[in-house]
Amino acid sequence: MKLPSRILLGLFCLLVAVWLVAPTFVVVPMSFNEKKSLAFPPDGFSWQWYHNFFTNTDWSSSFFSSLKVATVTALVATVLGTLAAFGLDRMKSRASGVLRALLITPMVVPGVVLAVGIYAVYLDTHLVGTMTGFVLAHTMLAIPFVIIAVSASLEVFDRRLEVAATSLGASRLTAFRTVTLPLIAPGMLSGLLFAFVTSFDEIIVALFITSPYLKTLPVQIYSSITRDADPTVAAVGTILFLVTSLVIGAGLIIGSRQGRR
Amino acid sequence: MAPSGTRGAAIDIRAVSKRYGNFAALDNVSLHIEPGEFMTLLGPSGSGKTTTLNVIAGFTEVSSGALEVGGRSVVGVPAHKRNIGVVFQHYALFPHMTVARNVAYPLGLRGISGAERERRVNKALDMVKMVDFGHRYPSELSGGQQQRVALARATVFDPPLLLMDEPLGALDKKLREWLQLEIKRIHRELGTTFVYVTHDQEEALVLSDRIAVFNQGRIEQIGTGRELYDEPATLFVGKFIGDSTILRGPAATSGGETALDIGGQKVATAGRLANGGTPVMLLRPEKLALARPGATAENGRNRLSGRVGEAIYLGSGSKYEVVLADGSKAIVRSGLDAESFAIGEEVDLLFSGGDAKLLADDATADLTLT
Repeated sequence: MKLPSRILLGLFCLLVAVWLVAPTFVVVPMSFNEKKSLAFPPDGFSWQWYHNFFTNTDWSSSFFSSLKVATVTALVATVLGTLAAFGLDRMKSRASGVLRALLITPMVVPGVVLAVGIYAVYLDTHLVGTMTGFVLAHTMLAIPFVIIAVSASLEVFDRRLEVAATSLGASRLTAFRTVTLPLIAPGMLSGLLFAFVTSFDEIIVALFITSPYLKTLPVQIYSSITRDADPTVAAVGTILFLVTSLVIGAGLIIGSRQGRR
Repeated sequence: MAPSGTRGAAIDIRAVSKRYGNFAALDNVSLHIEPGEFMTLLGPSGSGKTTTLNVIAGFTEVSSGALEVGGRSVVGVPAHKRNIGVVFQHYALFPHMTVARNVAYPLGLRGISGAERERRVNKALDMVKMVDFGHRYPSELSGGQQQRVALARATVFDPPLLLMDEPLGALDKKLREWLQLEIKRIHRELGTTFVYVTHDQEEALVLSDRIAVFNQGRIEQIGTGRELYDEPATLFVGKFIGDSTILRGPAATSGGETALDIGGQKVATAGRLANGGTPVMLLRPEKLALARPGATAENGRNRLSGRVGEAIYLGSGSKYEVVLADGSKAIVRSGLDAESFAIGEEVDLLFSGGDAKLLADDATADLTLT
């Protein structure tokens, strides 16, 4: 390739990269704004919005609600999704393709459609604004991510290893626990992280089924920004950005360690 | 678990069939294996040898028939309760465990722990000369090393029976030959019954006490390598074990003699086919001799004219491929002191009638040879 075209290509790639990450990085300086406005570029420097996030109960309680919902959702979705992926993998029938497509639908159906349906059912069953309601809805949304991640692991898992374990004296359950599970664990972990993140920043369904008593962080961010231009939102955004980067980074490192064996 | 010393278990397979719909993977197979014997199941792919192994191991249930290991019926007993060691072609070592933990795996399942476990793991790794590799992961080992670890893992719990499914199939020739000798040594040391599956007849001859030759879900013949080579019961066995020349032609039986017409020349041997069928003659390369046309030969020898198609110098002698008048090919092996012939030369093929093995023709013998 000639030098000019190489420079052009480099510039183009840089442009795309900036385009992808700019919105995220705009939030960071805004969170240190001295004035109470969501202006960019910011004016002056202060930590007050971070202080506000940790002291204002509206913010901290919604943060912990989100944390609780996302943690339980991630665990339930990982268990159910792993079992589903395992079942689909071992199914001999051609129906497994149809079943798989069915289990993935929450990922493709528009969120508003799901939210309306869930809201209608929750009104009757008094699940609006409850922990159970949030976990149920979010688990349904998160299961496809777990199925996809675990299925990918099972795809490369050598089933002959289970046969070998059986010949060495392991029952099917023991073989699963000691051989299959450790080998698909990286897939389960990445499914768990995806499930956590799916629940943690889910807003559409949450807006419908929220109540003054149980509000998740995205709902709090949304209502805060529609009410006034509180830069606490930017501080929250920065914290979330840092935390998710760390979690995903850790996941990638663990994944690559496993992959080397 | 049987005490050491009397460790080999007898295997009795009686009229076992395995059907998948209309297809019979095993068709009425019977096989008795003595305690401590090295039995090889030999045959082309799809002949039923691996199915037989899977049936013994418990990976596949029989459709009908009886199966006893060590005098005890194992029909319906799940694989993990049969206490049989299995070595697979693709090693099947657990990639997330070190070599030592792989070998300790079956001991852990049997509640053996601590110093006893360590001692037995070391002993098993010592047997396959892999003691120094205990802390390594399988991915850090070569194929041959992985298979040796797999062998240690399959024998560490002292099973009375070890099954091996083409264990050397994925290795190169040099390594394969060396490991064959290692497997032979380990068989002697352990005294365990070995059942070995392969499609490589040379490997079968090197390793086995006896060989069962499989074809299309049936056993064609069971015997020592020498018996199978010298006295093949069927054309398939004759062709599968060692090199052979098959003579086919219009047959005439008179008295106690069978004669074949090979492109206008007659060859004869004593005897006739007992069970009918079209007779063919099978000849081993070292039973055939070559002579220049017209040269005098011993009386009573059969003589066929042909042309040398290929001449290969082997060091210990020569191997010739001779094209006969009817277009078929004969394989001849001659010693160092024998006369030598050039490619394209007209020759006479000589053999005694008594060295020709009379067998029934079988079209499947050619088709299934892979």
